[in-house]
Amino acid sequence: MTRYRTALPYLLLLPALAAELLIHLVPMLVGSVMSLKQLTQFFIRDWSAAPWTGLANYRTAVDFDAPVGRALLDSFGVTCAFTVLSVGLSWLIGTTAAIMMQDAFRGRGLLRAAFLLPYALPVFTAVITWTFMFQRDTGLINHVLHDQLHLVGDKPFWLIGGNSFWALLTVSVWRSWPFAFLTLTAGLQNIPRELYEAAAMDGAGVWQQIRRITLPSLRPVNQVLVLVLFLWTFNDFNTPFVLFGKAAPKAADLISIHIYQSSFVTWNFGAGSAMSVLLLLFLLLVTAGYLVATNRRRGADD
Amino acid sequence: MIDPPASFRWLRRAVLLVLAVFTLTPVAVMLSSSLKPLQDVQGPWRWIPSHPTLRPYVDIWTTVPLARYFTNSLIVAGSATGLSVLIALLAGYAVSRHRFRGRRLFTVTVLSTQMFPGILFLLPLFLIFVSIGNSTGIALYGSRGGLILTYLTFSLPFSIWMLAGYLDSIPRDLDEAASVDGCGPIRTLVQIVVPAAMPGIIAVAVYAFMTAWGEVLFASVLTNDETRTLAVGLQGYATQTDVYWNQVMAASLVVSLPVVAGFLLLQRYLVAGLTAGAVK
Amino acid sequence: MPTRRIPAALALAAAIVLTTTACGGGSASSGSNSSPKTLTYWASNQGTSLENDKQVLEPELRKFEQQTGIKVNLEVIPWSDLLNRILAATASGQGPDVLNIGNTWSASLQATGALLPFDQATFDRIGGKDRFLPATIASAGAAGKDPAAVPLYSMAYGLYYNKKLFQAAGIANPPATWDELVADGKKLTTGSQYGLAIEGGNVSENVHHAFTLGMQHGTGFYDAAGKPQFDSPQAVAAVKQYVDFIATDRIAAPGNAEYAANQSVTDFATGKAAMLMWQAAGANLKSHGMNPDDYGVAPVPVPAGSSGPQATSSMVAGINLAVFKNTKNLDGALSFVKFMTGDDEQKLLNSTYGSLPPVKAAQADPAFATPELKTLAGVLSTGAAPLPQVASESQFETLVGTAVKNLLASAAAGKPVTEAAVKAELSKAQQQMPAN
Repeated sequence: MTRYRTALPYLLLLPALAAELLIHLVPMLVGSVMSLKQLTQFFIRDWSAAPWTGLANYRTAVDFDAPVGRALLDSFGVTCAFTVLSVGLSWLIGTTAAIMMQDAFRGRGLLRAAFLLPYALPVFTAVITWTFMFQRDTGLINHVLHDQLHLVGDKPFWLIGGNSFWALLTVSVWRSWPFAFLTLTAGLQNIPRELYEAAAMDGAGVWQQIRRITLPSLRPVNQVLVLVLFLWTFNDFNTPFVLFGKAAPKAADLISIHIYQSSFVTWNFGAGSAMSVLLLLFLLLVTAGYLVATNRRRGADD
Repeated sequence: MIDPPASFRWLRRAVLLVLAVFTLTPVAVMLSSSLKPLQDVQGPWRWIPSHPTLRPYVDIWTTVPLARYFTNSLIVAGSATGLSVLIALLAGYAVSRHRFRGRRLFTVTVLSTQMFPGILFLLPLFLIFVSIGNSTGIALYGSRGGLILTYLTFSLPFSIWMLAGYLDSIPRDLDEAASVDGCGPIRTLVQIVVPAAMPGIIAVAVYAFMTAWGEVLFASVLTNDETRTLAVGLQGYATQTDVYWNQVMAASLVVSLPVVAGFLLLQRYLVAGLTAGAVK
Repeated sequence: MPTRRIPAALALAAAIVLTTTACGGGSASSGSNSSPKTLTYWASNQGTSLENDKQVLEPELRKFEQQTGIKVNLEVIPWSDLLNRILAATASGQGPDVLNIGNTWSASLQATGALLPFDQATFDRIGGKDRFLPATIASAGAAGKDPAAVPLYSMAYGLYYNKKLFQAAGIANPPATWDELVADGKKLTTGSQYGLAIEGGNVSENVHHAFTLGMQHGTGFYDAAGKPQFDSPQAVAAVKQYVDFIATDRIAAPGNAEYAANQSVTDFATGKAAMLMWQAAGANLKSHGMNPDDYGVAPVPVPAGSSGPQATSSMVAGINLAVFKNTKNLDGALSFVKFMTGDDEQKLLNSTYGSLPPVKAAQADPAFATPELKTLAGVLSTGAAPLPQVASESQFETLVGTAVKNLLASAAAGKPVTEAAVKAELSKAQQQMPAN
């Protein structure tokens, strides 16, 4: 019986471990091995015969004076800016909506259902609709901005050129804020009403209640939420891919698309894998740093 | 909040109105476009269709085998969800209720897989599927099984994380009482823990379903015509000669309807579930 | 399990997988006949939809089954997935027996060694090399090597012009030189109507036109040794000429710069643009309600007084049929290729899809005697050149096509596109090419 007891947790973990090994960990290791090879179309057919190149793929990727490294660095920069803005805005909108819908009012249930729609629509559907709306000549966005509101002089482009960054950001925020809203709505329900009552007795107004009670109570939820949003947004492939196709405009050249282009479109899987490994290392570093920092802060507050 | 002043209420109305417009505009666009003939859709934007037609809703079934893609998606996403929840529940239960060597390593490893860029392991995964097929005869490439396995794993890290947190918040007295009554650990899990954790399980299920339902990249390489899922199949409305915008929108609405309906039915469980999981 | 052993277990698992994938991979050698009764065929999307393709092909496959007893399993693959699927099949050795490839991919795929080379003996088994137009064979693999595929459907670019709009503007004949085209284009450009429509957001379309213009300026974007020359003065001039349709000539609408869903065809069909450079657009225009009588087709203009390669007015466009080297039914695969490239199927399929048969004998059929197809057939036999048949062609297409897309985007935004800007963009594309 005791042996069974000891083995039990491992038995329970076994399916999860097996799935993770097969789908995530082993392919990941294989991918890392590929990054050390010169895996172009000449060797793709029998890739174990591809020549080892050591760290050459990595050197090319981080040689920021040469165009390949330069392009990767640019793409990395775009991705960072995009991620920070998208996560920030999604979080802000999600928090605002969650706080404003904390008290019951007429139509709240309906509105909450509406707010969750973007999260429930399949990615392809949602993004292709945005592509349709962002078309310059026949799209809804320019129709409203230019024809109806006369806000802009000439119809701007959204799917090419510099504005494509804002188009991408809009779609990304539209898709991810409902998740933030949902999580935070849940988080708010755990705050005891007495806290607010006590604060109100002390003469605290709405804004002070939000600042002193709501936001601090949400901190543990936020820690998880922001991290999850960050990882999703940073690695998001579907949104830019459906929005711009295989060749994203420079201003919206997210790293996932960039790596896709470097491996699948130009058939250099060694280089693509090396870039992915670098990306993974970066994400691990950021996540570790984030967890340490937020945990320390939480510790300091307690 | 206590006694929000009138100014706050007005602000609230304004903000929520703007948000509702932002959120619902694309849905309105889908609805309007799906009722137009293709030539009108390709022309300048109009809110109200000038030649309203239901034709796109008829054509969607013949332009691509929509019914088959829909069935595939339901089977794949449904099975991946069921299995993912089951596996995550077992793992989450182990992590939450047992102290054992390697526990921390397990949670950290599983969590870190959430960070893997899909593009890195797409090709290796494909090669592994094929070689498993060649050496054992189990067809993972091109089959729904392979895709189910892939998707259930995609949602595992977050699901285990959420469920472990949720189970932590369920008082241990419950299990202990059960084990005093002579229940083994598995019976305790099934009879006591699962019912108590139902909201958390629903939350994880919705998350797992959405993950599998919308995935494009892996599905485009791991499926064939027979097993293609909706997320990829909908691209069939963009053909060599034309993009059938009106049909894409109509098809999207049709296939989303059941999902959205189910999702909305479950949303209150999701709210309750996330609370406990995230607050841990 | 002691925690320290987990990394070791992982490493072991990885090692096992590495060895099994290596064995399971493409190292399986050339074809056999171990499964003579079935074939898998991957077709590309040629018709109005995937289902439409199936309706066209399935009766033909049944015909083949009646003749040979071989059952063909058909899968029509959308263009968005086709190259990835081929890549995955190549890497794993788990692919179809016979497949369609875009003919511009021929040399790239040839370099993988996954496709069966069509040497003299193989060609003899499908009826001989001489049955095909030489230009179409030239776009089936690198020069000096046995072709990696055989041509199946062919197309060429033509200049489609709207007869009514030309008449209204007082233009009697379609332009034959670029000077004429720009002059006519300016006459045809009024407030809401433009002289020319281009598909500026489509990377492939961009690179096709850049290539044709490059040939006219005297460069094929690669030197004789197969080294990329993307930023040669001739290439810069060619790309600039294309971008100038929006930038300085202003005969194409700025909005064209983002077109990537065949909106230029729609614009032409609806009279928003008077000219369009497209490959075999007939069927497409018809579905947009434009009658064959409403438009004329002429060869794409060339520089005044040019001859030889400088008079190239189109790339050799089309689809090739390839056989996977490790097919388990080599004889069947070759009979299928023979069947598909036979005169009867060539006539039937090409006329259905609105393309031209690369098989000379089939071209004589009255189905291809429409004014549109006669013009395009003339272009294909005398005025068309294959895109560079080099292993790095797909990189060339992506990088140069994207560069042109970026330049068109700047032009559309009203920024001046100088020669230096074009050169800079092309140099960047060139430097991203792999070293070997």
